Parts: sequence; C-alpha cells; structure tokens
Amino acid sequence: MPFPPDFSRHFIPRRAPETGTVRLRQRRIYILPTGTGILFAVTLIAMLVGAVNYDLGLGHALVFLLASLALVSMIHCHKNLLGLNLRALENPPVFAGETALFHLLVTATGARPALEWQTDKADSRSPQTLDLPEKTAAHLHLGLDAPQRGWLALPRLVVRTRYPLGLFCAWAYPWPQARCLVYPRPIFTPLPPGQAVGKSGAGPSQEGDDDFAGLRERLPADSPRHIAWKAAARDGGEKPLLVKLFSGGAETELRLDWRYLNADVETRVSLLAGWVIRAEEAGCAYGLDLPGVQFAPARGAAHRHRCLEALALCAPDARHAE
Amino acid sequence: MKHAPRLRRQKAADAYLAHTHLPWLGAAALTTTLPHIYYLPAWLSVTVTLLFLSCAAQWRYGYRVTRAWIRVLLTLAICAGIAFQYGFNPGRDSGIAMLTILAGMKLMELKSRRDSVVLLMLCHFLLLTHYFYSQNLLTGLWLIFSVLMVTAALLRIHAAANVAIRPLIGRAARLILQALPFMLALYLLFPRVSGPLWGVPQDAYGARTGLGNSMSPGSISRLSNDEGIAFRVQFVGAAPPRRQLYWRGPIFNYYDGNTWRGRDFSSAAPALEKRGQPLRYVMTLEAHRRNWLLPLEMPDEVVGLASRMSADGVLYSAQPILARTRVEMVSYPDYRLEARLAANRRIDNLQLPENYNPRTLALAASWRAETADSRQLAARALDYFRRENFFYTLEPPLSGRNAIDDFLFNTRQGFCEHYAAAFVALMRAAQVPARVVTGYLGGELNPVDGFLVVRQSAAHAWAEIWVEGEGWLRVDPTGVIPEDRVSANAQAARRIAAPEFAGQAIDWLQQARYRWEALNNRWNQWVLGYTPERQREVLAALGLSNPNLRRILLALAIVMGGLLLLFTLWLLYPRRAKPADPALRVWRKALTYLRRKKGVTAPDWETPLALAQRLRSPALLHLAQLVCDARYAGQPPKISSLRQALKALKQSENAGGGTPPAKNRSKRPPDYLA
Repeated sequence: MPFPPDFSRHFIPRRAPETGTVRLRQRRIYILPTGTGILFAVTLIAMLVGAVNYDLGLGHALVFLLASLALVSMIHCHKNLLGLNLRALENPPVFAGETALFHLLVTATGARPALEWQTDKADSRSPQTLDLPEKTAAHLHLGLDAPQRGWLALPRLVVRTRYPLGLFCAWAYPWPQARCLVYPRPIFTPLPPGQAVGKSGAGPSQEGDDDFAGLRERLPADSPRHIAWKAAARDGGEKPLLVKLFSGGAETELRLDWRYLNADVETRVSLLAGWVIRAEEAGCAYGLDLPGVQFAPARGAAHRHRCLEALALCAPDARHAE
Repeated sequence: MKHAPRLRRQKAADAYLAHTHLPWLGAAALTTTLPHIYYLPAWLSVTVTLLFLSCAAQWRYGYRVTRAWIRVLLTLAICAGIAFQYGFNPGRDSGIAMLTILAGMKLMELKSRRDSVVLLMLCHFLLLTHYFYSQNLLTGLWLIFSVLMVTAALLRIHAAANVAIRPLIGRAARLILQALPFMLALYLLFPRVSGPLWGVPQDAYGARTGLGNSMSPGSISRLSNDEGIAFRVQFVGAAPPRRQLYWRGPIFNYYDGNTWRGRDFSSAAPALEKRGQPLRYVMTLEAHRRNWLLPLEMPDEVVGLASRMSADGVLYSAQPILARTRVEMVSYPDYRLEARLAANRRIDNLQLPENYNPRTLALAASWRAETADSRQLAARALDYFRRENFFYTLEPPLSGRNAIDDFLFNTRQGFCEHYAAAFVALMRAAQVPARVVTGYLGGELNPVDGFLVVRQSAAHAWAEIWVEGEGWLRVDPTGVIPEDRVSANAQAARRIAAPEFAGQAIDWLQQARYRWEALNNRWNQWVLGYTPERQREVLAALGLSNPNLRRILLALAIVMGGLLLLFTLWLLYPRRAKPADPALRVWRKALTYLRRKKGVTAPDWETPLALAQRLRSPALLHLAQLVCDARYAGQPPKISSLRQALKALKQSENAGGGTPPAKNRSKRPPDYLA
C-alpha cells in the first residue's frame, strides 16, 4: 500500500505554504495500518481462532500480547512525527534542466528514526530516509527537477514513518515556503565581438589575460582559474601553487544586448545566458541590456548572478519581443 | 496511470533487504522453530537444522537467493516426505511440520522487506503451535523471549539504518513492557469462548498416562514411578484426615481370569444415604482423555460440569476430560451406598470365571462353611494376608493361568492390584458380593499454596464388599501388609499409598519442589484454567456483578480506552531530557539534593564553583571542582570520583556540617560579587 494512500487526497485539506518554522502537531499527522499491519491482523485473527479452538491459554496470552504490541507501536509511530520542526534554508540557484536541491533543516527534541521524506508530487523521486538522533538537527536536501527558468517553489512535502514495527504508517504534509532560482538553460555560441576599451596604447609588458607570459607564486587574491594546475600536479602539491601570467593586450568590454538577437524569447534568453557564462569564463567585462533593465559592464560572480537572475526572471511584453 | 511511476519507485525502495537484517531474521526464525525440532520426526529436524546452517553460511559468505528449481525440488521432496510420514489427511502435526519447513525455506529466498515480513508473520504463527505440546511455565518464559526476538527483527527491518544489537533489543524490550498492561487487560476481560469451534482432530491430544478402563496385572504398578500430577485439590475449610482420602475412579466387577473389567448394565444411580458433614473442594483434573472424574468417596454434587453417576457409583462427566478441568464438588465421607442390592446386581457382583483358581474357591468354601457373616469373612481374608508371608513389591513374579491361586499360595508377592483382585475373588467365592475399585489414595499437601497434589504414583486399587443393611463397605487389603514385608523399591510408592504415614521431615529439596509446583499450580489456575466460567468468577470477584457478554465487552472497552489514554499521555508528555554528559547528570543530582533537603535553589546562570563558594561547603566545592575538571580539564577525572564526591556531599550535609542555615544566605551578598 503506497503511503499516503491516493484516496486521502480527497479529504485532507491543502493548506498554503507556511513561512518560518513548520511544526508538526497532532492535528496534521495522519496514521493508517500498512499492508504489513493488515497481514499482522489477519495472522492474529487466525491465531486467536486456533487458540480458542484448542483451548490454549498460553495461545490467548500470545495473541493478546501481540495485539497490545501493535497498539503500543501505533502510538510510537504517531509520536515519531509529533513535534518535528522543519525550516527551509537558502537554496543555490541551478540551471533549467538540472536538479534543484532544496535545503531544509529538521529538528526535534527526541530521537526520530526512519523518517522518509518526499515531495508530494506524482513524479517525485524515491523517498529520502533520515535518522534524526537525539537533540540534533539534520540537514535534508530534497532534489526536484527544474525544467523551466524562473522561481521554482518547493511543493508540499510528505514525511512518513513506519517506525517502530512497520504495522502502521504515520504521515504528514509539511509545506515550508521555499523557492529556488532557476537560471535559463544556456545555449553556448561564440561571443559577439567586443569593443577594446581604454588601455590599448599601453606598454606590451602590462599584465593582461590574453597570452601566456610565465608563472609566479599564487597570492590569495588570484582567481583559481589562473592556477597552473598542471605544474602543481607535476611537483605533487609540495611547493606553493603557481599562477599563470598573461600579457594582456587591450581590455575588452562586451555589450550583450537583447536586440542583437532575433529569435523567440526563450531562445534569446538562453543565448544571452550562454554568453554571460562564456564572458565570465573568459574574464571579460560584460554588460547586459534587457528590455527594462540594463547592467553596466563588470565582472565577477555577483555580477554573473545578477545577470543570470535577470535573465531567469525576464518577462518582456509583446512590445519588446518584437 | 498518473501515479504509476511513484508506485514503482516505492516498491524499489521497499525491495531493500540489508545484509545486516539477515542475522536478525535468522535468530527470530531459530527461536520460534527451536522447540519444534524436539517434537518433529528426526529427518525433518535434521532438514530444518541444515536449512538454518546453510542460511548462516550464506550470511557469512554472501547471501544469494537459492535458485528457483532447487527450491521447488526441495519443497516437493519435503512435502512428499511429510505426506509419507503423516499420511495424506491434513492433521495438526503435519500442519506444524509444514509450517516449520516453510519458515526454513523462506530463509532461502529472502529478496525484499516483504519476504522478511512474511517470514516474521510465519514466526508468530509458529509460536502459537508450541502450545499444542506444552503450556508450562518454561514455555511461557520462552514465549516472552521469542516474542522479544521477533519484535527485535521487525524493529530491525523498519528502524534506522544502523542500530547496534543492545539498543535494538532494549527498544524491543521496552515495547513489550509497555504492551504488558494492555495484554493483561485483554487477557482478563476479552470474552472467553470455550472451544472447540469445530471438530478437533484426533491427534490433538497426545498420549496421557493414568488409570485404564480395565485392570490386569501391572496396569497400576506401571504408574508407581510416574511422578506426573493426576489432579490437584483445594478444600474449602480444613482438609480431611489422610485415611479418608480415597479418590474413587473406575470400578471393575467382571473378571475373565486375566483382566478385570467394568460391566455396568443398569443406568440408574445407586441409592446414597448421606450422613455427617459434607466436604467441599475444588478439583483441577489434568487431562486424562477418559470420562471419569475422581471424587472423594462418596460424591454428591458436581458444580460446573455435566456429569452422571453410574450404578456402581462411578462419577462420569458427559465429555472426556481433554483439557485441564476445574470442578467444584461436594462429598460425604460418611455414607451408606446401595443399602439394598437387587438380585441381578448381586449375581453380577458374585461373578467368577469358571474353571479358574480352584484352590482359591476351595479356601473360600472352607471359610464359608465356618461362618456366613460377610464382615467375619472379610476379616478372615485380611487376617490371611497378614499372617501368611505376603510381600508387597513392584516387581512380582509372573503368574500362570490361575493367577489368583499363584498369588495366594505360591508367589505371595504383589502390588495393590494383586491384593485387591485376590481379596475380591475370595469374597465372591465365599458368596459375598464384592468388586474392585481403582483410583488414587492420599496426596501431598503443598505447604506453599495449600493445594493437595495427587500424583499418578498414588494410583491404587482396593475392594468393596456388600453387607446386608450396610451397603458397600470399603476394604483395603494392601494396608494390612506389615512394613517389614515391603520391598525397598516399593517403599516410596507404598509411603504415598499408605493411608497414614509418619510426618516426614521436609528437606530443602522437597521445599523447592513444593515451591515450584505451587508456582506451576498458580500458572495452571490462571493461564491454562482460565475458562469462561473462571473468567466470570474472577470478574465477579473484581466487582463486576452479573458479568454477561455485554457487560464484559463494555468493561473491556472502558479499561482498554483508559489504558490507551494514559499510555498516550505518558508517551507524548514532553519530559525534560537527561543531560548526555554524565558529569552534568551528577551535578544535577547534587542540585536536586540541595533543593529538596536544604531548600537551596540555584539560578540557572550560577556556575558550580560560584554556587559552592556561596554556600561555603567544602564538599560541594570539591564536587564542583571535579565537575569543572570533567568538562574543561585536559585530564578529566573519572566519573566514579564524581559519584563518590556526591556521596561525600550527602554524608557531610547529613552530619550537620557544611551549609549555613538558609536564612543567613539572603542577607549576605554572594562572594563572587565582592
């Protein structure tokens, strides 16, 4: 019997997602016997009939002990979910087509073994089992397919447990409010030609990014992209890391403009996302022009995130889409 | 099929059977099948053992589900063997054999959690089948242990990924302990139905020892070494003297030269004239598969069981005693039975086989020529046993065709059945109506619980003669044999059989045995003898007047509901958790001690050292220092030293030193502020 059973959808009310910490109280914990529990009940009935038929005093005792065990395990099963606290944490952005990882923090006062977590969606992945030790928090990472750019909201969750004996399954639908930014799915094409800015007349010895010019010891501020990994691998990591030096010609500045492209909105967004990534990798300064929002040329992870976020949430109206 | 993918995934998750589950499943199956190995035929026991061993080997060297064709062939072979062993009709024993084999075979094909669950349910059922063979106290203890193992296995396959053995067993034990109150309520209050619900198969009750429905040489002496309990008696009021403890069983009035049988052609109960005070008692009969009850002579009333009395005065129940049965009875030790004997019954009780035992007939005829008085003739016969060199022995020599002649004139060695038979033959030959009575004599009073225990070894045979105007009189010819003519191996049997025996010193072994039997008796009264009637009695004693089915169900619902409510409150009530740090636990104990005994309350923010300085108690300061060291020092002290310091604190406080009175405290600012 799959839990929660399908028929339960018809009478269990759907609530709105909750902000802050979600606490499971008894009113939102449901419990039903599992298939194992039903098998157990049938076995007990057969045993009771046998005990009555053959007048087995000890048989009666056994049947009653097992029935009492089932009863006790029912309360334990309910208790395993009771008072569970769930809080949604920040989620790193992902690209469309990847798996969004929702990061949740689970806490409780006592130990909570064998909790199964799953999103309450028909196509969700197999449940994640979590054992919560006593007085400890546990981190839960729930994966969810992110097919589209934009905000991906955390759907309603199901947490269930068959602890201790598997005769009952208790479940609840916690729904902490959380969302994950989904960047557009990038399409990689060559970068558009950039404009050389300012420094073109300077001396040839100036450091830049274009041609390899030698190695020096790494300083903490250097980008990891410029570390000479091959050299580091050669001397076995014993010496300090080296950084590749490039002699730069001119600093290029890219303007990535919505209007350069002629395609439908999604393709344009994807192409622009590809350019942003490429440009950041190449170390160029790049600016982004979208309908209604412009970013001045810059570099760095924060700038990249700003640009990709704008692309993810970009919703031009028909006037700009042309 | 929108939900199909989820279903499949869930099955995949369930299909998980960890290698670490296997020993738990094996242990659960082993504890439940182990007692059966004793009862099964040898080849089946060996097969089951081999199945277990192969499972253990697979666990060690890597478990793989045994190939299907091997399993099918093995199952077919074993089924054929079982059919060959027990025949094709499904019976109880063959069913148990099949279940045991199924459990063993299931260990060969554990693929998923589902298989494990099926195996464990099978284990539960197998547990029940033990009680067909034995329901004693040890089996009860084994029940607890096996339920613990099966519960631990269930817990293991549904609990967290990594649980050590001891915490797991501990959790299972806690579950069982928590279930016990519910079980007790169900046991007492669940409405009992007396079985069987349908025809019980013939093999439901194994062979039982006890009296037979005929008497031939050796039929009673074979019981003399059987220490099995025949029945237990609890008297209402004082127990009667031992010489009255003749428990009346089947009566034999027809002799064919070898065997004595009962022939009862008349169905009317004999006239019984009661005299004196009645004796009331409760008898718990062990199952003997016969119809007769074994009342004290002479029974008048039976409560709680349909019964009738035969013309010979034997009390029969309507149904064979197939299970331990509790009967309330009333007997009159002073009675007159069948004061008038009808002509045909007189002839029946004078019957002797023709052309047998001529010397006996001649002896009786010579006595008859001297006197016609029945009592004098009986005294004559008893005197003969006493005067002549008769021996009492468990192993009498074999007798020839004229068994009674051989006994009376040649061997002169015999057991009670020989004496009773010879006496009755002499009386009949002398024209005195007589018959053989079998039953039990005496009993041991268990000083622990006050029950009288009657064992099979107390089986006895005596005689009754009919005297005009007096009715049937009991004569016990065995009792006249002097002690020096009792053989050594018969001493023990004789000691029990003797109507009066000297008070023997109860040594510790005997004492232990009494205790054990009293415990067993209590167990029988409560576990095995808890019948619908007994339930009603108990419930009435508990204050549930007129306990009919509706009221019992109502009481059950109320008690179970109340227990469930209490348990739920207890389990879900948030309790302050104990600190995990043992040093902190000791410190908390010290704080509790100070609060309760000294009225000192320490605010949460006060550190141990600060508190100790405030109270100016050297013992507390020592403890506080140890607690701080335990938490912060590089070389923490042992926890035992902390416990010692706590003990020292309590002692010093009790001795009167230490803390200043509470009233001084508030006026003085704490030291750490100075």
